Amino acid sequence: MDAIKQRLLKEVAELDSLPVGAYNIRENGKAGGRQTTANIDIQTKTDKPGIDIIIKPGTKNESVHIPVVLSESGLKDMVYNDFFIGEDADVVIIAGCGIHNAGCGDSAHDGIHTFHLAKNARLRYVEKHYGEGEGSGKRLMNPTTVVHLAEGAHMEMETTQIGGIDDTTRITNGDLEAGASLVVREKIMTVGDQHAVTDFTVDMNGEGSSVNVISRSVAKENSRQEFVSRINGNTACAGHTECDAIIMDDACVLASPQITANHVDASLIHEAAIGKIAGEQLIKLMTLGLTEREAEEQIVNGFLA
Amino acid sequence: MLELINVGFNVGGEKEILRGINLTIDDRFVAITGPNGGGKSTLAKIIAGIYQPTSGKILLDGVDITNKSITERARLGISYAFQQPVRFKGLRVKDLLSLAAGKKTNVDAACALLSEVGLCARDYIDRELNASLSGGELKRIEIAMILARGTKLSIFDEPEAGIDLWSFQNLIRVFEKMHEETKGNILIISHQERILNIADTIVVIKNGELAAVGPRTELLPGLLAGTESGTCSVLADKVEGVRA
Repeated sequence: MDAIKQRLLKEVAELDSLPVGAYNIRENGKAGGRQTTANIDIQTKTDKPGIDIIIKPGTKNESVHIPVVLSESGLKDMVYNDFFIGEDADVVIIAGCGIHNAGCGDSAHDGIHTFHLAKNARLRYVEKHYGEGEGSGKRLMNPTTVVHLAEGAHMEMETTQIGGIDDTTRITNGDLEAGASLVVREKIMTVGDQHAVTDFTVDMNGEGSSVNVISRSVAKENSRQEFVSRINGNTACAGHTECDAIIMDDACVLASPQITANHVDASLIHEAAIGKIAGEQLIKLMTLGLTEREAEEQIVNGFLA
Repeated sequence: MLELINVGFNVGGEKEILRGINLTIDDRFVAITGPNGGGKSTLAKIIAGIYQPTSGKILLDGVDITNKSITERARLGISYAFQQPVRFKGLRVKDLLSLAAGKKTNVDAACALLSEVGLCARDYIDRELNASLSGGELKRIEIAMILARGTKLSIFDEPEAGIDLWSFQNLIRVFEKMHEETKGNILIISHQERILNIADTIVVIKNGELAAVGPRTELLPGLLAGTESGTCSVLADKVEGVRA
């Protein structure tokens, strides 16, 4: 693996070397290494590009790394990954995609990740998107995440995209059975002329299910962001969606949190706030000796930390 | 030593908030007191560089800082504890203590600072300075930040307000220890007799003007005259809140 791919791997998966446990690395649209364990199997799909990741019931304290790195300019990559998490398993999956585009062709990675969590399974899913490269070609990413949570299953999804991606539409769809819970934490920063769309739709179908979507974003320069979340409470359930955005320069942010109660015992809350950095926050940090620029940087980094 | 020479401040060229303030601050503890709306906080903000005076000059150790920015003044050795501390989503107590100290603050150093203000470091260093902290907690963290800086001039705007469940004695001890360490000047805006009691010099600002300035021994008896249970008469209304 060359230095560019290694750096991308470090950015998206915090890996300096091959990970411990199960992994599957995809480089420029091809297989770049795979390891399975006694409890975690990874199989290549035969009908379309992508893999099936099968985690045995009861698997605990194991992790799967599935980074994707693209360093060839003009490459358009599309994958379908399916994850089957067995009953009572408790695992961590670290995905991520890094694009280095030094050429003039657009590089794109579109992935559809579908998660099937069996009864009482627990999953922490971490996803990081990163782009770099001085070429004029665009870096594009369109991840779709589909989540099916069976009774009592719990999934936490942390998704981060800090600059570097020119255009992205991130779609997340979910359905929850009784007692299942889904927590989504999203962090986005756009700069330049970047455009990012986040689109969540979650159906709470089972009694006692819950959803919590927390989005924090910073839009700088001429960038545009759209945040749309739809939480549907179809039974006695609890849903909360929160979108908090800092807007700077000539950026534009649209927040549209929607909640629909289709049942009298559905308890749903949405919060959305967009605003510039408060003047008093800048002043406070300046009285500690920071310049205005340093203060701004600290506030933004802290907000997205 | 801080010198204010004929400092005045207008808003929109009309409303005069401060006029003709001549004041030299070179004592261990200087307390500024006076009625609400008299211009005390404005004066503190002018010293910190948050407001630019419309007339007059400010000298710090003989150097003219009138046109210096907030950042430059902070780096020259001025600290300012806000009356109403600012909340930050995402920034943690240890981040702010590190920014104040100008270097990464380790757990031991953070612990020393926070215990000075009566907070248990373990419970606080990783807390965000967000709405989950009470006004009193924020106020104490604000004071800890000034301790972390250890500058030659520290300004506190009503440090006692909202200091719940934590005695004045401790607050006063913090000021005393701060002076031992910095050997600098501590300027405190306050209405509380117990704070005025430790001042070497008392300054009374009223209607935008310097109404009186002098040693505590001379000024305090006059300020207390005619009040119940020894509360600063100029501001009896404020003190009710502090007592409660």
